[in-house]
Amino acid sequence: MLEIKDLKKSFREPSGSLISILDVPTFSMKAGEQVVLRGESGCGKTTLLHTISGLLDCDAGSIKLDGIELTKYSEAARDRIRADKLGYVFQTFNLLPAFTALENVKLGMTFARKAIRSERAAELLKSVGLADRMHYLPSQLSVGQQQRVAVARALANQPRLLLADEPTANVDPANQSKIIELIQEVCTQESVAILLVTHSDEVASRFSRIDRFEDLNRATEHTQTSVDE
Amino acid sequence: MSLFRIALRNLWFRKLPSFLTMLSMALGVALVVLVLTISGMIERTFKQSDNVGYNLIIGSKGSSIQLTFNTVMFLSEPVENIPYWYYMEFIPGADGRAKEYQRVGGKLGEPDRKGKYASLTSDGFAIPMCMGDYVGPFRCIGTTPQYFELLRYGEKDSAYEFSEGRNFVDYSDENGYYEAVIGSQVASVMKLKVGDQIYASHGKEGGEEHDDGFRIVGILKPTGTPNDRGAFVNMEGFYLLQGHIAPDRDPITGIEVKGSAVAPERDSKLSRVRLPIEKREVTAVLVKGSGMSAIGLEDQVKKSSFATAVSPVREITGLLEQFVTPVTLGLFILTSLVCVVSAIGIMVSIYNSMSERKRDIAVMRALGASRDHVLQIILIESTMIAVGGGLVGWLCGHLAGPMSNIWTEKTTGTTIGFFTSASSQELWLVPGMVLIGILAGVVPAISAYRTSVVKSL
Ligand SMILES: Nc1ncnc2c1ncn2[C@@H]1O[C@H](COP(=O)(O)OP(=O)(O)OP(=O)(O)O)[C@@H](O)[C@H]1O
Ligand SMILES: [Mg+2]
Repeated sequence: MLEIKDLKKSFREPSGSLISILDVPTFSMKAGEQVVLRGESGCGKTTLLHTISGLLDCDAGSIKLDGIELTKYSEAARDRIRADKLGYVFQTFNLLPAFTALENVKLGMTFARKAIRSERAAELLKSVGLADRMHYLPSQLSVGQQQRVAVARALANQPRLLLADEPTANVDPANQSKIIELIQEVCTQESVAILLVTHSDEVASRFSRIDRFEDLNRATEHTQTSVDE
Repeated sequence: MSLFRIALRNLWFRKLPSFLTMLSMALGVALVVLVLTISGMIERTFKQSDNVGYNLIIGSKGSSIQLTFNTVMFLSEPVENIPYWYYMEFIPGADGRAKEYQRVGGKLGEPDRKGKYASLTSDGFAIPMCMGDYVGPFRCIGTTPQYFELLRYGEKDSAYEFSEGRNFVDYSDENGYYEAVIGSQVASVMKLKVGDQIYASHGKEGGEEHDDGFRIVGILKPTGTPNDRGAFVNMEGFYLLQGHIAPDRDPITGIEVKGSAVAPERDSKLSRVRLPIEKREVTAVLVKGSGMSAIGLEDQVKKSSFATAVSPVREITGLLEQFVTPVTLGLFILTSLVCVVSAIGIMVSIYNSMSERKRDIAVMRALGASRDHVLQIILIESTMIAVGGGLVGWLCGHLAGPMSNIWTEKTTGTTIGFFTSASSQELWLVPGMVLIGILAGVVPAISAYRTSVVKSL
């Protein structure tokens, strides 16, 4: 379902020299597979998710998502593919403040090729336990509730893969396990694969496949700069 | 959700700034509409006077603009008078002057002589006007019945008609020389009807009233001309009022003969005794000559030492070009600048909101929105502000016109309907301004287009 080969990405440092962040010879996921990605801060996990989502151009290599070679497409085409095949959950501030919970979920459907279905949006919110909060604005929801809306929104278009970048970093431990459980449950139901980045042992322990980023990535120059998080 | 709804939601979320930018746009457009309305109104007031029905005004030497304003629009201060016998030189026909001499009576040399300018007015007319008095706030004009018989007005050369009653006559058995016709506004403002008496007073409102009243015999249909604001009385009666009698003057020095300004003996109000020629003066003579003769006539009169002649049409268009057009143009440029300022306001407001919306834009992009989507959403926002503000401003600008009628109708005799003020300039100006407002959204839209998603997440 996801196949990465010889993926390379480097950034230009403030000094002007190039610094290689990603050099991934191979990484793959099967359909519906749930994977946790761990690694030190600053080693390039977020950068990897950005390249997979097509938000960031890679320098070389191939990314095949659901049989589509992403690197061959223009940015606009990648936007479309992202809308159709990917869900994305960030660490914080996932929601658009001007829109209610329900509208945020519907917004997830707006840019995909599928029709917007209010019933499905409501159903998803119900499945993340927010049936009574549909018409709340993000400012009226707790951080944990906001993350649950974000999960519902990420699944709105029945994607093939959910990218989650430390989705519970800002949530207390009790809520953290609830949200992770929920993500796993809903994704299993909808047979959506998960690639989840986390620093938490507790979260990682819930997954059967745990990948260490240092094992995937050959670019190591930068690891010296890392700081504890 | 459609892009339109997304944009609407964004505007609603930032209610206050959205409202304020819309308001500045509305104010700008309302100002432009108002300026166009006012300049259109001024122009129309002038244009109506374009076809006054005569070619020349003969009046005392002095400001030709004042003479025009006074005679055509009943505005400005009354001007000096000219002797009646000078008016008689213009009466058309070989025996015109002689007939008038017989009708009025008085001491006059060469009573059978033909009028000096009679040949130049042969197929036209010469109508005398006496001004300086008021009826309430309105001008009182002493003239002859010819004023409504011979003059035509407006684009279609319409004749004057009466909504009630009839034209006044030189002498009637019931009213003698004391008959009057009033304009439609005089009737409605002063609540006068046929049969009522009106009293001319010297000077503006509150001046001393003359004792002899004039019986209203007719009310004019509304014409949209300054005549709607006039109270017209029979000149013969007008002359008999205290203070309207010119004193005898020493033929050489021109000094008044003391105690000579006395009315003739009359046994009743119905007496047929008239004020003799030498005691009469007129303020203006409306002259229509045949075609080319008007120009020759104008030159000849100007050379004489008694009076001057002005072409009202030339005077008015000259004034319009020299004074009114530049002023309205200046006003217009000023208000256009106001609009540009409000357009910049739209730009700044949306642009400023961009920095706090970088994150939102990045999230939308992560949801699969393309750069084009983001660009469109911002453009829709600026369009809604510009169109909404423009529409409100346009409505307000037009509503202000009819509301100001109360004031303008009284002073200029012209009224503004909701759409009468729609000038052709407005058809491209208002949309043009809205377009500028929309274009103001382009800068922030491009900034949104360029927002780096990865950096903003
Ligand atoms: N635009 C950029 N220009 C230069 N360097 C960058 C840029 N973006 C990221 N980097 C560098 O790339 C490295 C990887 O960043 P990334 O955000 O992927 O780390 P991460 O693994 O997600 O860390 P964390 O666990 O703290 O979120 C960092 O060292 C960072 O300094
Ligand atoms: Mg990260």
